[in-house]
Amino acid sequence: MELFRIHGGARLEGRKSLTAHKPTQIAPIPSVLHIPVQQHVGEPAEPIVHVGDHVRKGQLIAASKKKISAPIHASTSGKIARIGDHQAPHPSGLPVLTITLEPDGKDEWTDLPPPIDLEKATSDEIAARVSDAGVVGMGGAAFPAAVKLNLGQRSKLETLIINGAECEPYLTCDDRLMQERPEKIVLGIRAMMQALRVQKSLVAIEGNKPQAVAAMSRECAKAIGIEVVEVPARYPMGSAKHLVQALTGKETPAKSRIADLGVLVHNVGTAYAVYEALYLGRPLISRIVTVSGHAIKNPGNYEVLIGTSIAYLVDLCGGMTSKPDQLFMGGPMMGIPLPDLDVPVVKGTLGVLALKAEKMHAQPVMPCISCGSCVIVCPAGLTPLEMASRIKHDDVEGAAKIGLNDCISCGSCNYVCPSHIPLVQYFNYGKGFLAERAKEKSNQERMKALAERRSKRDEDRRKELEKKHEEAKRRHAESIPQSGLESAT
Amino acid sequence: MTTYAPVPGGPYMRKNKSVQRSMVLVMLALLPATAYGFYLYGWPSIILFSVTLASAFAFEVVCLKIRNQPIQIFAFDGSAIVTAWLIAVSLPPWAPWWIGVLGSAIAIVIGKHPYGGLGQNVFNPAMVARVALLISFPLEMTIFIKPIPIISEMAPSLGDSLGIIFGGASYDAFTSASLLGTIRTELGQGMVISDILRDSYQPLAWMIGNATGSLGEGAALLLTAGGIFLIYHRVITWHIPVSTIASIAIIAALFHLIDASRYPDAMVHVFTGATFLTAFFIATDPVTSPMSPRGQLFFGAALGLLIYILRTWSVYPEGASFAILIMNALTPMIDRYLRPRIFGRTYKGEPLKSEKRP
Repeated sequence: MELFRIHGGARLEGRKSLTAHKPTQIAPIPSVLHIPVQQHVGEPAEPIVHVGDHVRKGQLIAASKKKISAPIHASTSGKIARIGDHQAPHPSGLPVLTITLEPDGKDEWTDLPPPIDLEKATSDEIAARVSDAGVVGMGGAAFPAAVKLNLGQRSKLETLIINGAECEPYLTCDDRLMQERPEKIVLGIRAMMQALRVQKSLVAIEGNKPQAVAAMSRECAKAIGIEVVEVPARYPMGSAKHLVQALTGKETPAKSRIADLGVLVHNVGTAYAVYEALYLGRPLISRIVTVSGHAIKNPGNYEVLIGTSIAYLVDLCGGMTSKPDQLFMGGPMMGIPLPDLDVPVVKGTLGVLALKAEKMHAQPVMPCISCGSCVIVCPAGLTPLEMASRIKHDDVEGAAKIGLNDCISCGSCNYVCPSHIPLVQYFNYGKGFLAERAKEKSNQERMKALAERRSKRDEDRRKELEKKHEEAKRRHAESIPQSGLESAT
Repeated sequence: MTTYAPVPGGPYMRKNKSVQRSMVLVMLALLPATAYGFYLYGWPSIILFSVTLASAFAFEVVCLKIRNQPIQIFAFDGSAIVTAWLIAVSLPPWAPWWIGVLGSAIAIVIGKHPYGGLGQNVFNPAMVARVALLISFPLEMTIFIKPIPIISEMAPSLGDSLGIIFGGASYDAFTSASLLGTIRTELGQGMVISDILRDSYQPLAWMIGNATGSLGEGAALLLTAGGIFLIYHRVITWHIPVSTIASIAIIAALFHLIDASRYPDAMVHVFTGATFLTAFFIATDPVTSPMSPRGQLFFGAALGLLIYILRTWSVYPEGASFAILIMNALTPMIDRYLRPRIFGRTYKGEPLKSEKRP
């Protein structure tokens, strides 16, 4: 298939060979699971179990009431030990509401719904099942998947793109999934195509995963309308808008959604989770996680129950060779730092990486020499050096004028900068500042509106009172002669 | 539970490159042409080159000291050495020592540090130095010698060379103006191009660099090799060199077509003077050139036009350095108006029009 050119991008050192050849191992059930009620974009789910309850594997333990939300299920059978705050995989390390489950070791399934009959199922039924199974985008964004399966009814879609690019270094969880379970992924894709009412699906895989390409091509050849496309290993190929452009040549306009182009992008892991939900009736209670980095003794890929602590996972890999210089969840480009190992694996955990400084090439920051490397690699077509310089000089608005909000935080500029300037940190600060300002502004406007409404109300009331007063006066004035007359008569 | 101190935000991986590495690569790229210059002009040129570089390093250390900057980081970033190198290769190869030292002083003390040092200067420091020297010492800056290869018997010994550079000793060498200077003078005397170039039209010699000129400006082929080396290592991009050389060539060809008796052909303009040195090594200075590829293309094209104008009609036939300074001054404006196109937006910044969908 002919590919289209995308602007910018960086050729990264893949470092996938640490784990790419290692088959996925099923991680044993740990002694305790900490399952946060918010693992997705949107509203948190609300716990529906109580401390002391016995739950079975796959049983609903926190329900979602809002539209953009996802329910949470018990990862194994056992007893609810605690419902309270626990450290979450978030850079702040702040606690979130978490259900603590003590497994009973029986791993006993709850009564699962029967497989869905795809011959007869409607789009709504498929989306409802995916929603009930708590499936979220497995590429890291963790956006509730069902919301994106209902779109077929509102906008006319043509193509479903399955994102198997896995462009972040180190990560191989999607690679292994595609190598090991391609037939199930294809079943998931077919169901998604049916729900979205599209005839065509493209599975995009970066060329640095030849075995995944081969396995997926073999399976897709058996299905109608699904084609595997090998895309160049060029970061950030996995960025949805850029992947769409590379495959279809269509550029998503600013302030529009990809769906407006008639295209939808789902991660390959999501397709697998959809398969499990529809064909086996299983909710999303486990995922494949890459544990890698040069500080990990035996890096590998593990299928892990949601809620398993990262410390447990690291122990499975034989522990650390030495103290890592950086520990984070996700890929090295866009992952988030972890305060420590005592946080659980969640639905969006692609990987746990423990890196050594010498592999990160951290060096002292030098002045910008305006070499323009960042301009060349920026996939959003921005001028990172200029934005950073404006933010540095406290001119965040000035940075916004030249596109700060169009930045996708991919970190390509940061990666190539020969002066080692922490560009992404400037941009995150700037975006936070702008978001804060926007919030303040809307607050102010709301206050202003409230105040205006209040003064109007006061004014109205005053007028009304005056009117009443006048009327009373008039009536009073009228009543005197009247009464006088009356008395006279 | 061990607690790791996290860096507040990624990415956690970088490309293994640095300012210092870029500077070292630039020096490596300049090495072949410079070495060939040493071969052509012998010991005096080697001494002048060494004096220029050493004094630039000394001025850099002094300036950093005065500005209270960490010397171990900035003095060894290589930028001062590259600046001095560029000054040295654009000097007449046998210029007296104080020309080199003064050039370094102007570049580092006036052209670089008052603006805030590395990355902050508006003008290319090496060109600031060259222009200041050219205006102040027109005689010393325009006496070129004919190549006397270091292996020939005519070449001065090391002792003689010290005398030439430090003592102003005269030496029996053929001095002359550069080809561009000669053309300018003789056109002024009413001669036509074909007569002026009758004996000196040697494109092959120009390409190799075996012609009268500055220390390192002549060897077009070696400079091109160095430039390609830099493009390969992504220290520079192709935009500025290609647009500069193409611009000079096209304009020269056009004028030559109009009046061949007054305007030499493109070969003369491209292969003599400092065209290749300027296009690959001076115009591409990251600090003083535009940041976006579009801006760089415009920069190169306009630079080529200016070089042609200055060579043809100004009193400084070796005018590339003036052209560079003018373009440096225009760079902030180019950066302002020629930005890349933001994804999903037009060049003006408006969202792209979405296709009509049913």
